[in-house]
Amino acid sequence: MTTLLIAEHDNEVLNAQTAHALTAARALGQPVHILVAGAGCAAVADAAARLEGVERVLLADDASLAAQLAEPVSALIVGLAERYDAVVAAATTTGKNLLPRVAALLDVMQVSDIVTVVSPSTFKRPVYAGNAIETVETSDTIRVLTVRTTAFDAAGAGEAAPIDTVPAAADPGLSRHVSDEVARSERPELAAARIVVSGGRALGSKEKFDALMLPLADKLGAAIGASRAAVDAGYAPNDWQVGQTGKVVAPDLYIACGISGAIQHLAGMKDAKVIVAINSDPNAPIFALADYGLVGDIFTLVPELTEAL
Amino acid sequence: MKVLVAVKRVADANVRVRVKADGTGVELDNVKMSMNPFCEIALEEAVRLKEAGKATEVIAVSIGPAKAEDTLRTALAMGADRAILIQADGRVEPLAVAKLLKAVTEKEGVDLVLLGKQAIDDDSNQTGQMLAALLGRGQATFASKLDIADGVATVTREVDGGLQTIALPLPAVVTSDLRMNEPRFASLPNIMKARSKPLAKTQAADYGVDVAPRQTVLKVEEPAGRKGGAMVGSVAELVEKLKTEARVI
Ligand SMILES: Cc1cc2nc3c(=O)[nH]c(=O)nc-3n(C[C@H](O)[C@H](O)[C@H](O)COP(=O)(O)OP(=O)(O)OC[C@H]3O[C@@H](n4cnc5c(N)ncnc54)[C@H](O)[C@@H]3O)c2cc1C
Ligand SMILES: Nc1ncnc2c1ncn2[C@@H]1O[C@H](COP(=O)(O)O)[C@@H](O)[C@H]1O
Repeated sequence: MTTLLIAEHDNEVLNAQTAHALTAARALGQPVHILVAGAGCAAVADAAARLEGVERVLLADDASLAAQLAEPVSALIVGLAERYDAVVAAATTTGKNLLPRVAALLDVMQVSDIVTVVSPSTFKRPVYAGNAIETVETSDTIRVLTVRTTAFDAAGAGEAAPIDTVPAAADPGLSRHVSDEVARSERPELAAARIVVSGGRALGSKEKFDALMLPLADKLGAAIGASRAAVDAGYAPNDWQVGQTGKVVAPDLYIACGISGAIQHLAGMKDAKVIVAINSDPNAPIFALADYGLVGDIFTLVPELTEAL
Repeated sequence: MKVLVAVKRVADANVRVRVKADGTGVELDNVKMSMNPFCEIALEEAVRLKEAGKATEVIAVSIGPAKAEDTLRTALAMGADRAILIQADGRVEPLAVAKLLKAVTEKEGVDLVLLGKQAIDDDSNQTGQMLAALLGRGQATFASKLDIADGVATVTREVDGGLQTIALPLPAVVTSDLRMNEPRFASLPNIMKARSKPLAKTQAADYGVDVAPRQTVLKVEEPAGRKGGAMVGSVAELVEKLKTEARVI
């Protein structure tokens, strides 16, 4: 049979996480088709078709799919599902919103956030904020999987695969898109950045967060992350939160400034290749994990670091 | 409007859970158990709807061991009107939980179901979406803001790119994110009062739902550790090491 991978995109650009999820999908050992569901998203289908090892791209281009709401997209996937015995998506907020709905409609238990494909029916996944790694075997004949994309390399480029258009399912009309508040930024995307600089509660205000963290990020060409405490206090927007319940990142370099290192934060960044921590408390738990710890006041050390780079 | 809130009993968020030496699971004996933090937020939202005169009744439901009664008593102390315990021992997967919640939702004629976005033990992030699917209703996951007016729920969701607002006709299913509200603490008088609020005890079998797991846990292991703890004395030393030793800048 065949694996269906759901493309992550904003109708214009294919998100880089799809190429990582593709590597996990290919590890199931079957041909992979990619579904691009959206509106005015033909360019996304072209990009998906050029990923390595993709046999076919399905393009469902319809106004009812513009916001990729879970109800119409899951109806579409369930309509296609009899040709597939695995449905895979990146564990983004879109994937996490959509796939359990698909799974329930197929009477399948999803395997969430896989980090290893042990066999086509056996997977490893983190539980308890990454304090334990579970190996689970599913007995469902259709496998529905979300993929922790930091755990898989990106698939490369391949020969262009054919693109088939498929019709959208009848819109169930159970929800309606009202508005988006999307921050456009010139910075690299947090989930895919090579360097992430992250600020915590110690920053003290949005003004100080911006004054310290933005120049450092600019100097390094880095994405900016934050702890939950910094987001809750309004120093940083919600989509910058790194952790168990925010984004998971695994950059080459992660610089944590004024972050204590709570288990929920570590769950989102402990797979970074190199971790730097700057904290005034020599006993902060983040230091136990850091490759380079620097004890001191962020308000003097972070500007000094920005200057020295 | 009747509101149902699903609350799960989990190892407390402040506990550092350890893997059992034999690799069969994690050590939960003598570990502090609490209401899943996202469920607290969902419950708080329901209680606020009641206080605002929008909800007529708030029902808390939990699926789990007999001990989950403690979690339900907490829910009652926080302001739920009554509670339902669906007793089931062992691992109950999100799909089975969703099927049980569907049965309760339909039996009670619920207009709004509130769940947490994620249980912090299994980190599945599935149950609300599954319940909405099984009910054939709309879903709003990762909610940071909920407004109910004229039979429509308008929900702001925390998504990867920022915030998204959607509108759903009721009945609907909403799952809470961290910034939806700050849950109250149950006061002592309310804890006392909660003891006499109704709590129905039922069994999973009463609902005709098969709760047998679809997944077998073959092994549970510690995550790969990392060797940290090295310190540097100055910014200059840090920059030097990042350039020549780690070679990341
Ligand atoms: C259900 C749940 C989910 C959660 N999910 C997440 C998540 O996804 N991501 C996340 O990050 N958290 C999450 N948390 C919260 C987490 O438990 C911590 O509360 C949070 O990470 C703390 O953020 P912080 O390190 O910025 O703040 P704090 O823990 O307050 O640490 C601040 C640090 O700054 C240091 N400091 C203070 N002043 C200075 C200075 N001038 N110079 C240098 N250092 C200084 C202090 O020594 C301290 O170590 C979650 C919690 C729960 C219950
Ligand atoms: N056993 C359970 N009892 C009650 N509610 C549950 C249970 N399991 C999951 N839930 C609900 O579903 C949400 C998401 O859980 P999960 O899908 O397991 O991450 C939780 O926050 C609860 O609201």
